[in-house]
Amino acid sequence: MKQTLYLAWRYLAFHRFKTLILLTSITLILYLPVGLRVLVNQSSEQLTQRAEATPLVVGSKGSPLELVLNTLYFRSDFPEPMRYAEAQKVQSSGLAPTVPMYVRYHAQGYPIVGTSFEYFDYRSLRLQSGRFFTLLGECVLGARVAEALGAQVGDSVTSSPENLFDLAGEYPLNMGIVGILAHSDSPDDDAIFVDVKTTWVIEGLGHGHQDLTQREAASAVLSREENRVVANASIVQYNKITPENVDEFHFHGDISDYPVTAVVVLPPDQKSSALLQGRYQSAEERAQISRPSEVMGELLETILTVESFVLAGAVIVGLATLASAALVFMLSLRLRRREMETLFKIGGSRASVGALMASEMVVVLVAGIVLAAGLTFLTSQFGAVLVRALIRM
Amino acid sequence: MPSPVIRVRDLSFRYGEGDFRLHIPELEVGTASSAAIIGPSGSGKTTLLHLIAGITLPQAGKIETHGVDVTTLSESARREFRVKHIGLVFQEFELLEYLSVLDNVLLPYRINSALELTSVVRDRAREIADQVGIADKLARYPGQLSQGERQRVAVCRAVLTEPAVIMADEPTGNLDPLNKGRVLDILFDYAEASGTTLLTVTHDHDLLERFERVVDFKELLS
Repeated sequence: MKQTLYLAWRYLAFHRFKTLILLTSITLILYLPVGLRVLVNQSSEQLTQRAEATPLVVGSKGSPLELVLNTLYFRSDFPEPMRYAEAQKVQSSGLAPTVPMYVRYHAQGYPIVGTSFEYFDYRSLRLQSGRFFTLLGECVLGARVAEALGAQVGDSVTSSPENLFDLAGEYPLNMGIVGILAHSDSPDDDAIFVDVKTTWVIEGLGHGHQDLTQREAASAVLSREENRVVANASIVQYNKITPENVDEFHFHGDISDYPVTAVVVLPPDQKSSALLQGRYQSAEERAQISRPSEVMGELLETILTVESFVLAGAVIVGLATLASAALVFMLSLRLRRREMETLFKIGGSRASVGALMASEMVVVLVAGIVLAAGLTFLTSQFGAVLVRALIRM
Repeated sequence: MPSPVIRVRDLSFRYGEGDFRLHIPELEVGTASSAAIIGPSGSGKTTLLHLIAGITLPQAGKIETHGVDVTTLSESARREFRVKHIGLVFQEFELLEYLSVLDNVLLPYRINSALELTSVVRDRAREIADQVGIADKLARYPGQLSQGERQRVAVCRAVLTEPAVIMADEPTGNLDPLNKGRVLDILFDYAEASGTTLLTVTHDHDLLERFERVVDFKELLS
C-alpha cells in the first residue's frame, strides 16, 4: 500500500498542473455549498442579533426595511424624516423610554448619528478613552472611525455638506472629539455620535453668530425693532462650537417640529409593546412602527431563497464538474493503457495497477476534502469578520 | 547444448477467434547461453516471449522456464515467478515518465509485494546504474534522457531482480549504431558475469554474430 501511494504521489506531483486543477475543482465543489451555508448562517446571526436587541422603531411611513437599515446599521438612503414631536409623544405616553435617531449627515465618509446619551447605555457601548458628549458640538467616535482617521480625544472632525454647490445649504460644522468608543464589532464602530441637537445645528436649524448687541456687529445690523434685529450676510457665523461661543447658539422655531429619522422605542414589557403598536395601526397615522426582528427576518427569508437557488446552482455545477472529472479520468485511463500493460508485464497485478490509478483519485479527493474542511473552518472562524465587512460596504 | 533453462513443447496459441495461430513443436534454450530469434514482423516472436514469460497463456502445450511449467501456475504465481526469474527489456523502453530514473529501476519492487524494497536493493540499483554509466542521472526523468540512456535504464530495471533469463524484444530497434553496441555490450557483459540466459528477438542481422545461437522463427513453426 505504501508503495502504491508513493507511485500515486509521484504521478500527481509530476503532473502538478493537472493535479492542481483537479484539486481546485473538487475543493470548490465540496466547499462552496458548505461554506455558503456557514456564511449565510453567520450573516443571519449578525443581522438578527442587532435587530433582536432593538424592540421597536418608529419612523415616517414608507419602507420599513429602509427605516430599520438606517436606524440600526446607519445605511440605506436617508428615509423621510418625521417630527421630533413623535418621540416626545411616545415618551409622554409613559409606555416606553425612547432614543431619538437622526442619521442623515456624514463626516469624512462616516455617518453622523444624532441621538441622546441613552443610546450608549441601551447598546451597552463602553468608552475606550475620553467621555460621552455633554455639550452641543461634541462628538464621540466609533472605534474603527478613530482608527481610520487616526483621531484622538481633543482632535476634531468636520461634517461634510450634502451638496457642495448648494450655497444656501448647511454649514460644515467642526466638532470636537471628546470620546472614543471601545470596539463592539457592530455598526457603532463605524459611526460618529453627536447629540441630536448637534445634527440640527449641522442642518442649519440652530446656529451661532456674533452678538448683534455688541459694537463689533453694528456694521452688519440693518434694522433694530424692540426684540427683532435684522442683519446682513457680513455677520460672523460660527462653524465651531466652543465654550466661549456656545451661548451664542440658539434654535429658531418649535423644537417639536425638528426632524428625526427614527425613534427607537424600548418598551419594558409585552403589554406596553402591544399598546404602542396598536396606536400606529390607524390609516391616518403618519408614522409607522416596525419590529426590526420581523423586518430583518423577511429580508433573511429573501436571502435564504436566493441562497437556495445559489445552492441548487452550485450542486448542478458540482455534478457537471464531477462528471467532467470522471470523463477526464476515464480518458486518461485509455491514454495510460500502455503504462498499465508495462506495469502488468513487469510483475504488477491487475488489482495493484487498478489500486495505483484509484489511489491517485483518492489522494486528490482526500486532499480536496481536507482543503474544503479547512476553508469551511476558516469561514466559520473569520466569516463573521467578513460578514461585518460586507455589511459595512 | 547446456541444460535448457527454457523448454517449449507442442505449444499452441491463438488470439481469440482471430486468424493468427502459433504452433511450436519444440524449442530449447540452454542455461547461461545467448539466443537470438529472427523472423518477419507479425510472425509471433513477441507473442512467444510473452508466452515464455507467462504474460500470456497458451491454449495447449508445455512451457518450462527455469524448471517451472508456467502454464500450470495461477495468475498470481506466474506474476511472482516472472518478477523473480525473468527480466524484460522492450523496444520502446517502457519507462514511466513520472518516475525518476532510480524509481523506474526500482519499479518491480514497488509494483509487486512479492519483492521487498530494502536498502540493499537500492544500493544494488545504484551499483548497476554505475556499471551501465547512468549513475549521475538517477534523479532525472526519462524525458530528460537520450534514447540510449533510456534503454540502459530499462536494462537496469530488467537485471535488478537478478533473473535467470533476460528476454529482450528488439532492444536496439530504436537506437543509433553507437548505442546499439553499447546496450548489447551491457546485456552480454551482465549475462556472462551472472550466468544469465539471454533470449532476444531482433530484426538487426548485424548483431546476430554476437549470439551463440540464432533461431529462425519460421523454422520453429510446424
